[in-house]
Amino acid sequence: MDPKEEKVKIITEEFVENDEDADVGRKNTSKTQRQKRKKQLRTAGPKEMVSGKPHGGSQQGPAQEDPDPDTHLLSMPAQRGPRSLPPLPSASRTGFAEFSMRERMREKLKAARSKAESALLQEIPTPRPRRLRSPSEKELETEFGAEPGRETKRTAQDIDSQSYSRVKFRDCVRKVKSKPPPPPGFPSAEEAYNFFTFTFDPEPEELEEKPKAKPREGANQEEAEGEEEEPPVQGDEEELLNGRDAEDFLLGLDHGAEDFVAMRPAYYESVHVQLQKEREFLFTPSRLTVPTSKKLPENMQPRFLEDEGLYIGTRPEVPRAMQNIMENRLLVQEPDRRWFGDDGRILALPNPIRPSPSRPPALTQEQDIHAELETLYKKAVRYVQRTQHMIGSGDLPENFQLDIDISGLIFTHHPCFSREHVLAAKLAQLYDQYLARSQRNKAQFLADKLQALRNAVQMGLDPEKSHKSVDITPKTINEYKSEIRETRKLRDAEQETDRTLLKTIIKVWKEMKSLREFQRFTNTPLKLVLRKEKVDQKADEEAYEAEIQTEISELLEEHSEEYEQKMEEYRTGYQQWKAWKKAQRAKKKKKKQAAEEHHDEEAEEPPPGEGPVKPIPPEPIQQAVLEQEVRERAARSRRRPGEPMLVPELSLAGNVTPNDQCPRAEVLRREDVKRRSVYLKVIFNDKEVSRTEGRPLGADFRVHFGQIFSLQIVNWPESLTLQVYETVGHSGTTLLAEVFLPIPETTVVTGRAPIEEVEFSSNQHVALDHEGVGSGVPLSFEADGSNQLILMTSGKVSHSVSWAIGENGIPLIPPLSQQNTGFRSILKRADAISSIGTSGLTDMKKLAMWAAESKLDPNDPSNAPLMQLISVATSGKSYVPEFFRLEQLQREFDFVSDEELNRAKRFRLLCLRSQEVPEFRNYKPIPAYDREIMDKVFQDYEKRLRDRNVIETKDHIDSHRAVVAKYLQQVRESVLNRFLVAKHHFLLTDLVVEEEVPNISILGLSLFKLAEQKRPLRPRRKGRKKVTAQNLSNGDIKLLVNIIRAYDIPVRRPTTSKFQQPSRSSRTFRERHTASPTTHSPTHSADSPLGQVLVRPFVEVSFQRTICHTTTAEGPNPSWNEELELPFRAPNGDYSTTSLQSVKDDVFINIFDEVLFDVLEDDRERGSGIHTRIERHWLGCVKIPFSTIYCQARIDGTFKIDIPPVLLGYSKERSVLAERGFEPVRSLSEGSYITLFVTIEPQLVPGESVREKFDSQEDEKLLQATEKFHAECAFKFPNRQCLTTVIDISGKTVFVTRYLKPLNPPQELLNAYPNNPQATAELVARYVSLIPFLPDAVSFAGVCDLWSTSDQFLDLLAGDEEEHAVLLCNYFLSLGKKAWLVMGNAIPEGPTAYVLTREQSHYLIWNPCSGHFYGQFDTFCPLKSVGCLIGPDNIWFNIQRYDSPLRINFDVTKPKLWKSFFSRSLPYPGLSSVQPEELVYQRTDKAAAAELQDRIEKILKEKVMDWRPRHLTRWNRYCTSTLRHFLPLLESSRGEEVEEDHRAELLRQLGDYRFSGFPLHMPYSELKPLIEAVYSTGVHNIDVPNVEFALAVYIHPYPKNVLSVWIYVASLIRNR
Amino acid sequence: MAAAGPSVFLLMVSGQVESAQFPEYDDLYCKYCFVYGHDWAPTAGLEEGISQITSKSRDVPHALVWNFPIDVTFKSTNPFGWPQIVLSVYGPDVFGNDVVRGYGAVHVPLSPGRHKRTIPMFVPESTSKLQKFTSWFMGRRPEYTDPKVVAQGEGREVTRVRSQGFVTLLFNVVTKDMRKLGYDTGPSDSQGVLGPSPPQGLPP
Repeated sequence: MDPKEEKVKIITEEFVENDEDADVGRKNTSKTQRQKRKKQLRTAGPKEMVSGKPHGGSQQGPAQEDPDPDTHLLSMPAQRGPRSLPPLPSASRTGFAEFSMRERMREKLKAARSKAESALLQEIPTPRPRRLRSPSEKELETEFGAEPGRETKRTAQDIDSQSYSRVKFRDCVRKVKSKPPPPPGFPSAEEAYNFFTFTFDPEPEELEEKPKAKPREGANQEEAEGEEEEPPVQGDEEELLNGRDAEDFLLGLDHGAEDFVAMRPAYYESVHVQLQKEREFLFTPSRLTVPTSKKLPENMQPRFLEDEGLYIGTRPEVPRAMQNIMENRLLVQEPDRRWFGDDGRILALPNPIRPSPSRPPALTQEQDIHAELETLYKKAVRYVQRTQHMIGSGDLPENFQLDIDISGLIFTHHPCFSREHVLAAKLAQLYDQYLARSQRNKAQFLADKLQALRNAVQMGLDPEKSHKSVDITPKTINEYKSEIRETRKLRDAEQETDRTLLKTIIKVWKEMKSLREFQRFTNTPLKLVLRKEKVDQKADEEAYEAEIQTEISELLEEHSEEYEQKMEEYRTGYQQWKAWKKAQRAKKKKKKQAAEEHHDEEAEEPPPGEGPVKPIPPEPIQQAVLEQEVRERAARSRRRPGEPMLVPELSLAGNVTPNDQCPRAEVLRREDVKRRSVYLKVIFNDKEVSRTEGRPLGADFRVHFGQIFSLQIVNWPESLTLQVYETVGHSGTTLLAEVFLPIPETTVVTGRAPIEEVEFSSNQHVALDHEGVGSGVPLSFEADGSNQLILMTSGKVSHSVSWAIGENGIPLIPPLSQQNTGFRSILKRADAISSIGTSGLTDMKKLAMWAAESKLDPNDPSNAPLMQLISVATSGKSYVPEFFRLEQLQREFDFVSDEELNRAKRFRLLCLRSQEVPEFRNYKPIPAYDREIMDKVFQDYEKRLRDRNVIETKDHIDSHRAVVAKYLQQVRESVLNRFLVAKHHFLLTDLVVEEEVPNISILGLSLFKLAEQKRPLRPRRKGRKKVTAQNLSNGDIKLLVNIIRAYDIPVRRPTTSKFQQPSRSSRTFRERHTASPTTHSPTHSADSPLGQVLVRPFVEVSFQRTICHTTTAEGPNPSWNEELELPFRAPNGDYSTTSLQSVKDDVFINIFDEVLFDVLEDDRERGSGIHTRIERHWLGCVKIPFSTIYCQARIDGTFKIDIPPVLLGYSKERSVLAERGFEPVRSLSEGSYITLFVTIEPQLVPGESVREKFDSQEDEKLLQATEKFHAECAFKFPNRQCLTTVIDISGKTVFVTRYLKPLNPPQELLNAYPNNPQATAELVARYVSLIPFLPDAVSFAGVCDLWSTSDQFLDLLAGDEEEHAVLLCNYFLSLGKKAWLVMGNAIPEGPTAYVLTREQSHYLIWNPCSGHFYGQFDTFCPLKSVGCLIGPDNIWFNIQRYDSPLRINFDVTKPKLWKSFFSRSLPYPGLSSVQPEELVYQRTDKAAAAELQDRIEKILKEKVMDWRPRHLTRWNRYCTSTLRHFLPLLESSRGEEVEEDHRAELLRQLGDYRFSGFPLHMPYSELKPLIEAVYSTGVHNIDVPNVEFALAVYIHPYPKNVLSVWIYVASLIRNR
Repeated sequence: MAAAGPSVFLLMVSGQVESAQFPEYDDLYCKYCFVYGHDWAPTAGLEEGISQITSKSRDVPHALVWNFPIDVTFKSTNPFGWPQIVLSVYGPDVFGNDVVRGYGAVHVPLSPGRHKRTIPMFVPESTSKLQKFTSWFMGRRPEYTDPKVVAQGEGREVTRVRSQGFVTLLFNVVTKDMRKLGYDTGPSDSQGVLGPSPPQGLPP
């Protein structure tokens, strides 16, 4: 870069110098010199390049100073020293070797050459001169002055400098050059060789003294030469050293150069400057985000199409920075913002990259793939267009044929028309019109009609003449008259048109003739001949005159009528006017009195616009005027009388002037016409099916095709189009026009089809430069160019379209069903009526009416079909279907009628099964034939359907319960149906087992696990594998019950108690054996010293009537540790989740005392035999519903044994007393306990509730808050129950606090203990617990937990924990207690709801289902964990570390312990309660209760007898009545503190019986649980021969039909 | 009733799970079981089976050959719920955990005769990349809760699967009384029995 710049500088200097010597146009000379001085230049060029740079600055000064070149020559070596590179090119030597010789030659040549080259220089581009002057040139200048040799050098140098960098031939040349140099002054060998072998132009020119003018190319070749010679220059230094002379010379030259070149320090540009410069040139787009406003036009908001709902594909992923750069660049480069979309982003197509490759993966094993990839040959199937009508059956000929005959084409206008042609076409058109009109002869028809009408009127007017047409009334005459008027007008118009047409024809023909004359040649053979038909002038005149006269008379008549009418009008009008005038005048008078001076004017002119205008009397008609009018009109429209009738005849007889007689323009036109050809394409259903051959356009612009196309078609054609194409020469084809052909009627078959003409026209604009008039361009026939008309290319295609006829004469027409548009024509074929009838006029009667109203001419032939139609329609013969069928083919596919299908039992069974109707859900297999299906299969189902609305009272003794049960059933069904769909909604987790999304702790844990020992020392329990229930069968599932131990079992009372004096024989076996220490358990032995009677309890587990029992243990705190296994049978063998959930069976765990009686009759036998009888006495039971076990998977814990309030012969007192000292905690709740572990083997997957989002009426914000609350709680304590919203019985989500509201308990209960709030509370709890328990899982199997409100609950009299708890809580609230709903886990219920109340100093936990309450610190409280508390206005989630009620603080005001839902940030919005305002309690009908009591007693007695089939069951009536009296006492005391009294009472009454029995108490829901309970006690199992039974039932009615049932069962054995 | 003809038809399937192509895996075993409709009941043979572990052959196709026999007979009154064989292939992963390598199902061929079926096998995909990694790492790949899921259409829309390989099965199907009950299942059954011409579509 630097050298170049420097060079430029030097050149400018040189220019200054050059000016002195080269006066003769510097450019010219320099060019000349260039040619000559090539060799020298080569020497200097490289040197300059190399040396110029380092020394540029320093050398320049001296060089300029030094005027003498010689001194420089001497000083050269000194200056050479610092040079890094010897700048001596070998080529220079050559140059100098030849120099002298050349010099001479040059002298001679110079003059001639300069002259020749001056011309060339003009063409040399501007950069050239710059190149020419290089510093080395200057050397020469100084050395040799302005001598001619300088020029040579300069040329060479120029070339060298140009070619410096080109080293193409360097290698080869270098090889040659490496030879020893020749003696100085002579060319070296290779140089000589080069000289002669290379064909460079300039060199030979110099050598051989050819002073020719060099073309510009010469210069180029010089450059090429330079390339060749230059490389050695650089390469071989030693060579140069050898050539001493040459070097000297060169050195001298060098010196010279240095002298004149200014030497400067190395050019340096600072980085900043550079950057500055770069900044000017370079544009670096910013990376910053462009504000959207910049990218959009002013005042426009960005518009996001996506937000508007339009689809925009995914944009390709481009880094943000790149986008910014691009946007910045676009903004600068293309300021018009066309690259930005409406949304302010760069326009981008959607990402074309698919996420996954669509190409199937290449499989390597070909052999195996073959099976799938093998291609099968399938015969080609004919494509049948589906969009429209499919062909029905196959019995029709499959191909239909449409024959399209295109006979020809006539242009009515074409761009190549000459003027004459235009006229000729016009003439032809007019003539056609004339022919058509004359054929129709409408004027004549109208004239005849007029005549007929006149006759009719005439006859009507002369009654004596019209004897036969009596019906002609004045009215008809009037009608006739008006018709005459109309007809006459029409006739006149027709006649006038005819006449004008004729006139026009003649006029055009005249024009044509004059044109032909004018242009002196004829283009068209058209010739018009007017034939004159002679007429009888006389007759003609007469007829004419007569016609005029009639017309005049008619008109007169009309006018007179009209005149009369007008006169009438005038008169009335005049009267009015007069009256008005009078009034005016009267007014005026008044005015006049006021202003007299203006009297005249006012009187004369009434105020304009006011009042009626004075009517003008109609002028009577003058006959003369009328006649004049009529005659004028006649003259205009009618042939004059006597004038010959002119009949034009058009013929093509004329001669067309041959080409050679035509002017040039016309010849051109004709040639153009010849070059044109036309062809037609046949387009069928928008597809080209064939095309005609291209036919040349004739001189008459007619094209004859004469081609018939037979289209084989499948469907009814939709469209048929011809496209007219014109080809001009070989250039191109243009579509002139499209012609739409009508699809022929089915009657049109080949051979009968007429040739029709269809007109077409094109809108193309063509202007031609010859005689042709062109299309779409104005054209005038007038000399002055006025009256322009624009003609478009147009023409007619003559064709015929018809249906082909098959071999057997059947037309190949698509069948009727195929035609939609064509179905009209089908009917037309049927009869003429429907041809009109289907053309849109379907209502025949309306049509007839319209025809009558519009006075259709029945004689008009064009109306004929319509009239026929009307006549037929009104006669009622035509058949139009009155129905519309939507799927007319449906019946074809019905293989059996609907009734038959409904009768098919198998089909019905299949349908029912697929609908999952419970009875048939798992019905299998469905037999193959109807006959194998028994009718009774449907019986149950049908009965159920029938009974849906019939309340059956058989199972339900109480009618109210029956209603409730029915209602419950219906609710259940509806709910089930609602969720049937949801059940089939799957989540990923239902189908795929996948690890949870791991969080870091799990990940870390699992990583840690990797390092864990394979067999740890303390193994952990691993969860059992869960089994999905569906693939199970009977016997697969077992119920495992582990009976571990029991506490505080009641012990027997000593038989020596006050009321029983046992005889010796009936001493219990046990009593005897207690003495023997060997059989004693430790407990026993502990007791025995105190002389206590022991108990030998065992546990019996009964489930689904299967009974298992443990071995007998001893003592009140027995330990069994036994596992009992009970099989489980699902109902109907259906092991689906829903079915399992709805299992209502309970597991009864009964505790018995085994009592051995010595039945030995004789003491004497005691030594030889043992004769004992085992009796078992029921002590109590624990009942666990199966659904609980199923949902919980396992139940593990200590349960309170449900011990009857009175257990005769047993007492707990002793144990309680004994243990109170040791276990003070236990003493808080009295009772017996059993520790159990119950599970199912294999573990079943419990059903999940439906995860459907229920609709809600709650506030959206509240719902969001609940979700948030849930999430927060679940995050902290995932296991704790958190409840905010529940689903009400109608399936809506309701916020839970809405359920809590103080509600009044029955007044009756409040009155019971007016002064004892605690007792009242207990009574209320008892009342609530008496409402039967029915888990939701059972009622709404597999669906969800539904919460009913308290009134619904009381109406239903069934519910699960939540309903009980809600009701109890509401009662407590109304009693003024502080009460909350506790959501938590309890045993055995699992997740459940309890009620928490706050007493003065402590909290009480109430079990709403049992009515029991526990202190907060009661260890036997079944509530094991507390999740949240729900109050009427808030929810508190337990965020304490522990959740056991023993260890938590129930103070909800402490936010650190309880997280409240409504807080300061979300205040309680005051939610209205869903509960009723007040509960209304009906008193239960005592009579009904008593009746129910009797019935239950009867049923139970029957059952007991049934259970003892082998024994006689005797009922002790006396005992029964005693018990019956006793039961109400139990109810009133709620089973407490009556035992002693009762015992005494019984003793008194049944002194000599050994009595064993107990009262059972339960809420009443159905009969079945009662029976089950009685059965489970096993009272009936006593088979002592003389046993007697007693059974008493007592029902205590509570308000709202809540019934408390007491059953006292007892067995009595008479003591002997 | 016996004179009226049979009330059930029988379908006997014998054959074998021949081999598999799992290009990336080795040491695989497979389980098979049948899924059939309500009206179907197996009368003889084994409904499910578990094969030996097989290793890749050393020759080029690298087939995993089990040649595990299938032999089962069904009876039914109704072709609805025609039996499908469900295959699931398992094998050890890098860490030696047994993971599923593929599920696949195909209907037992309807027409009597010898049929070869190649079933593409697939496994459910993890729901996220992270889970994919952890499942790979912990050797607990996503699995269907029940392999029989692949024989049913319901609920499949929630899963995403990846194809893994192919298993080739050979069936020999014999039916009895199908035609007597009015079911026509193919050309070979129609021999000697009057009826409509055998269905087209198969190359001769």
